[in-house]
Amino acid sequence: MLFSLIESSRSALASIIAHGLRSFLTTLGIVIGVASVIAVISVTQGMSSFIGDTFASLGSNSLTIQSYTPFEDQMKGIRARLTPEDMELIERRAEGIASITPVLFANRASQIKFGSQTAFSRIMGTTYAFQDVSQSYMSLGRFIAQSDNLTRRRVVIIGDKVRENLNMPDNPVNEYVDIGGEWFKIVGLMEAKGEIMGQSQDDIVLMPYNTMRSLQGNQARTDIQIQLSLSESAVLENVTAQLTTLLRNAHDLDSDEDDDFQIQTAEQLMETFDTVINMVTIVIGGIVSISLLVGGIGIMNIMLVSVTERTREIGICKAIGAKRHHILMQFLIEALLLSLLGGLIGLAIGYGLGTLISSSIPSFPPASIPLWSVALALGFSGFVGVLFGILPAAKAANLDPIDALRYE
Amino acid sequence: MALIELNGVTKYYEMGDQVVKALDGIDIDVEKNDYLAFIGSSGSGKSTMLNILGCLDKPSSGQYHLNGKNVESLDANELSEIRNLEIGFIFQSFNLLPRATALGNVMQPLVYRGIGHRKRKEMAMESLERVGLGDRVDHLPNQLSGGQRQRVAIARALVTHPSILLADEPTGNLDSQTTIEIMQLFDELHAEGHTLIVVTHEDEIAQHCHRVVEMKDGRVFNDSTTSSAAVTS
Repeated sequence: MLFSLIESSRSALASIIAHGLRSFLTTLGIVIGVASVIAVISVTQGMSSFIGDTFASLGSNSLTIQSYTPFEDQMKGIRARLTPEDMELIERRAEGIASITPVLFANRASQIKFGSQTAFSRIMGTTYAFQDVSQSYMSLGRFIAQSDNLTRRRVVIIGDKVRENLNMPDNPVNEYVDIGGEWFKIVGLMEAKGEIMGQSQDDIVLMPYNTMRSLQGNQARTDIQIQLSLSESAVLENVTAQLTTLLRNAHDLDSDEDDDFQIQTAEQLMETFDTVINMVTIVIGGIVSISLLVGGIGIMNIMLVSVTERTREIGICKAIGAKRHHILMQFLIEALLLSLLGGLIGLAIGYGLGTLISSSIPSFPPASIPLWSVALALGFSGFVGVLFGILPAAKAANLDPIDALRYE
Repeated sequence: MALIELNGVTKYYEMGDQVVKALDGIDIDVEKNDYLAFIGSSGSGKSTMLNILGCLDKPSSGQYHLNGKNVESLDANELSEIRNLEIGFIFQSFNLLPRATALGNVMQPLVYRGIGHRKRKEMAMESLERVGLGDRVDHLPNQLSGGQRQRVAIARALVTHPSILLADEPTGNLDSQTTIEIMQLFDELHAEGHTLIVVTHEDEIAQHCHRVVEMKDGRVFNDSTTSSAAVTS
């Protein structure tokens, strides 16, 4: 069996080389199919591993709690809220928490003015603990201090993107900006963090939490976000469970009611991104595999032509003693080799293409090809070769030697 | 026991609603080292005879024993094996594989026998040297003359050491000088102990043979052994 496999490969290879151009054109369908699959996968996988790295740098031991209102309830005008009291409760009762900070988002259009320049940004009120929770570092000036919060000082920390958008000098510390008609002094500039999925992490303005509250008129019905980081020894699942119990009790939820809040970890967020990317990979991969199918049909077509063309040769081989399986193997292996060669060429082109795409778009992560995609591409093209090679090969193997010898 | 025994062999073809009797009750024995010619006009059943003898086709009725084996009961794969082991074909149009060299062509039957590459090459070289083409082994068929091509075909037939050499109009595509050379080669092979069966319509070819079977309308019309055909074993 191995012997006839080697012999068949030998003659199949000879035949492929003998029809160089035709073999190339035949495999073109497979080449294009595999190349696109690999290009898509390498780009999305590159993106995915990049996002993984980014989130890892965000600190995987941090948690975000926010209120959650199901869409149905929103329609009824019901709004779940997380209150400052909830945070105090967590601070007092929960174990395993290193730092905790409220985050209050501006509820109006977040317009910032500097001189004649106007920009929009994400404005949030928070406390000194935010620096630890979010792993932010200052490149200039200082972060929000506890005293800022207690005295509701009108100070802000800005991200680098905001400085850029407002055409501020390289060192914006001690400059004043106008937010919602109030003057704020810039006390610090954060270190640039880059982008996640095209969204800048540096387009951000932080002010003391109490300042933000007073800006919003000290509403009783504030809905805050709580961000916290875990202490070294804490187990994420335990803390999550504890927080859930605390908040459910505080919100008087019955056992049959759903949580009116969400606890998100950086890891969960990452998983969400991963899911999206995997979906994209699968969908595009599916579309692209249709082109592999078309490539396979191309191979079958040429193999059928080849069988007809070589009918006499098949007759000769049968006359001098070729059995059915000899002929079958020869044509099957030829189809297999054709599509595998196409797969290999496609792999190379696809990788080149992926690298080209990711290097030509600025701020795009480098392409990476996971081993499974190589195996998948080769496996699939091999499968296509066998699938579409079997019919022509069987046709060849079943030829009657006398008819085949007489064929002109 | 004779090498080939045909008993009441018939071969019928259905052409529309007509039945053509290509072979109509053939009884013939061929001994080892026979040098036999089937002659006859076209349509006499020569080609069908060759197909049956060469195990390319099976008789409609009657019995064919080749080297003691009854061919009738064999399936397509077993017939392939018989052809590989017992029969060396030499065709009018040479029937060489166009993309294989002379050496490759001669090695091909040994592939189906499962012989390794080195041994194949050795046997094929020996066979090519026997027919006087030791210096042309790397040529493709279209780089060889007609006579040389037929020598390659003969080498291919010889390489398996078959029981019979079966030639179908072996000189039909050759000029007269080459024909003489090929027939001389046949004579030599016969002298070396090979069994040769030649199907031809040319009397000059038949004259080389020691036994001439004339066919007509699917029957043996005349079976004559010339005086020189003395060697039987």
